[in-house]
Amino acid sequence: MKKLMTGNEAVAYGAYLSGVKVGAAYPGTPSTQIMENFATYPGVFAEWAPNEKVAMDVAIGAAYAGTRSIVSTKHVGLNVAADSFFYAVYTGLNAGMIVCCADDPGMHSSQNEQDNRNYAKFAKAPMLEPADSEEAKQFAGIGIEISEAFDTPVLIRFVTRTSHSSSLVDYSPDAVPATYESKPFPRNPAKYVMVPAFARGRHPIIEEKIKKLAEYAETTPLNRIEMGDPSLGIIAAGSVYQYAREVFPHASFLKLGMVYPLPKKMIEKFAASVKELIVIEELDPFFEEQITCMGIKVRGKEIFPMIGEFSPSLIRRCAAAAGLLEMNEEEKAAAEPSPEAAALPIRPPILCPGCGHRGMFNVLREAGVLVFGDIGCYTLGVAPPLNAMHFTGCMGASIGVAHGFGKGKTKEPYVAVLGDSTFFHAGLHPIVDVLYNKGATTTIIADNRTTGMTGHQHHPGTGMTLQNEETVRVDIAELVKSMGYKKVDVVDPYEMDKFAKILKDHLASEEPSVIVALRPCALKEKANRPPLHIDAELCSNCGTCLDLGCSPLVQEEDHVRIDPVLCNGCGLCQQVCPMDAIQK
Amino acid sequence: MKKIDFLNTGVGGQGTILASNILANVGLELGYDVKTAEVHGMAQRGGSVESHVRWGEKVYSPLVELGKADYLVGFEMLETGRWPMYLNKDTVVLSNSYRIPPPAVNLGKAVYPSQKEIETILTKKGSKVFWLNATEIGKNLGNPAVLGVVMLGALSNFVGGAEEVWLKVIKGLVPARFLELNQKAFLAGRAVKFT
Repeated sequence: MKKLMTGNEAVAYGAYLSGVKVGAAYPGTPSTQIMENFATYPGVFAEWAPNEKVAMDVAIGAAYAGTRSIVSTKHVGLNVAADSFFYAVYTGLNAGMIVCCADDPGMHSSQNEQDNRNYAKFAKAPMLEPADSEEAKQFAGIGIEISEAFDTPVLIRFVTRTSHSSSLVDYSPDAVPATYESKPFPRNPAKYVMVPAFARGRHPIIEEKIKKLAEYAETTPLNRIEMGDPSLGIIAAGSVYQYAREVFPHASFLKLGMVYPLPKKMIEKFAASVKELIVIEELDPFFEEQITCMGIKVRGKEIFPMIGEFSPSLIRRCAAAAGLLEMNEEEKAAAEPSPEAAALPIRPPILCPGCGHRGMFNVLREAGVLVFGDIGCYTLGVAPPLNAMHFTGCMGASIGVAHGFGKGKTKEPYVAVLGDSTFFHAGLHPIVDVLYNKGATTTIIADNRTTGMTGHQHHPGTGMTLQNEETVRVDIAELVKSMGYKKVDVVDPYEMDKFAKILKDHLASEEPSVIVALRPCALKEKANRPPLHIDAELCSNCGTCLDLGCSPLVQEEDHVRIDPVLCNGCGLCQQVCPMDAIQK
Repeated sequence: MKKIDFLNTGVGGQGTILASNILANVGLELGYDVKTAEVHGMAQRGGSVESHVRWGEKVYSPLVELGKADYLVGFEMLETGRWPMYLNKDTVVLSNSYRIPPPAVNLGKAVYPSQKEIETILTKKGSKVFWLNATEIGKNLGNPAVLGVVMLGALSNFVGGAEEVWLKVIKGLVPARFLELNQKAFLAGRAVKFT
């Protein structure tokens, strides 16, 4: 039967069908649902690892044990896991392993738009890129085959529009996964112990492997030439191939399913068979540079941008500007910006009603401290009117940067703020560093007992596993105390006065300290509280409550109103109202 | 088989993803090739969201092209007005008239546009605009959160497809405990008469 599946669902299904039995990941948009879906199949073990590096090591370990494995990660997660990924290319494995990484062109939910195709070249590993969900399913299986045939981990690249797009997949509810013989782990230090002497022996093998993979790329059906009108030849992969197919219905295509290493002979043949050759690729000129190096005349970034997400409209507009096609009147009209629409009030994402982070940020703003933030829902504390975050870089950077800032002999009071899941991801090392190197940083761990932004995934602090089994719950306050932190407080961010007092005490102290701001995510633990309302007679319209930036609080002509449909009843606004106008 | 492109817009958390999923599966039931595109993560936290659903003989791109939407389905008034670049003279715009003020409006730093202003933006290329208060209809049924399915009920009159097909798809995608509410929501939307 045909079933509509997202690319994330489909690759998980494909991995299951190919006999993959172990999966590990850390959640990250747009990759999260790969592991969430894989975890639901019978007979598999799947885990949320504390971070992507651990996930990578776990999957590598499973493959060493002779069991096929899968890792999934967002693009920046591969930065975290890169060290492990690189050694795995050197050691090879002992069963198939695929690494699904999902880029985020346009940065819908990311801090950068790095092009992870570069990792394939950098680490010297093959990379596949599906263009729709059926390919995502198939490429999982082909990835496992390549991995075993060439003894290498295989990258499968997604982008937001392949991860979170649905298309039809051949699906059978009772399909049986492939079986294979699991080989025992060979005790072969020269292959698996990467001391310099052994690694030197491995490097030539890796180079040889990439050559063989390039030969494979010439013959695999993953790459195909679709000859149409020979006056224009287009090289494209992934979702961009689909956009281009739509904009240029008659052109000739070289559709790449294997994006590294490239099939050079095939590219030469294709280039020779078309009058003009262009590459359409999002982000970096990854194909274009390699094709140019081959001495082939090709245009790419001269026509299409290096920045942001592509779409059929963007490709049409750029191609028209380059004289490659003509736009009809309707298309031209559509490309005209609408100044009226652009002038509409914007709607950026904001903290939810009832979010504990709001109380924390209100306290921090009122205290006037510098806030070194991190990656999660709480990054939204940067937005007006909270305006309570002054730095965010990457997962876990908050604490180390704050510590370094303190060592830079600043006089400004500062804190590090990161979430519970982010703390387990990359906060443990820097929080040890603060202690070890005699820092005075106050670290606030905004503990909402879940991984919020990605859609409520478990982590070591929730007491549950990805496959919904009860497990040990790592207590953050006890953990940092056991490290040697003496000044540790746990406070409910709904209790803003108490929080402010604790913060003041910690900032005045010379010793490193930790505040756990504990309040479960308002979306996850739905409170059954009645909405508050504002007595318009008492309201002086001072706007103090509006400074909390809570969406149910609406400015009316001469007072503020609370939208009862949206209000969570948390009572933060009631605490700040100087007129006692907000009532239960 | 003529292609049909839908753009569903709204505020993160309003249920555009479920509605798009229903719409996509209805297309599948009606024999179309179908693709969808949506965004998750940060965009879902109360921000502007849009999801694309495409039906056709053979669909390549999951994204609708500017100027080529056949239907713009807006779950919130301002969020309907934000997307005129997808419209053409034949586009049918179906919008919830319910308002969720964005932060700048809440803070008194911007003004929420009137329905007339939004309609002016949307009709510039000749598109027809139809309004209903789907949130209010949902509230009267017991839960304003079913507004998306109310919208789909209203949309079904324009798009076609037998009532049973829509209801069958809803049954397949909505948790059992919310099924009755969603069926009612669909039928309530379908009963809305536009003039």
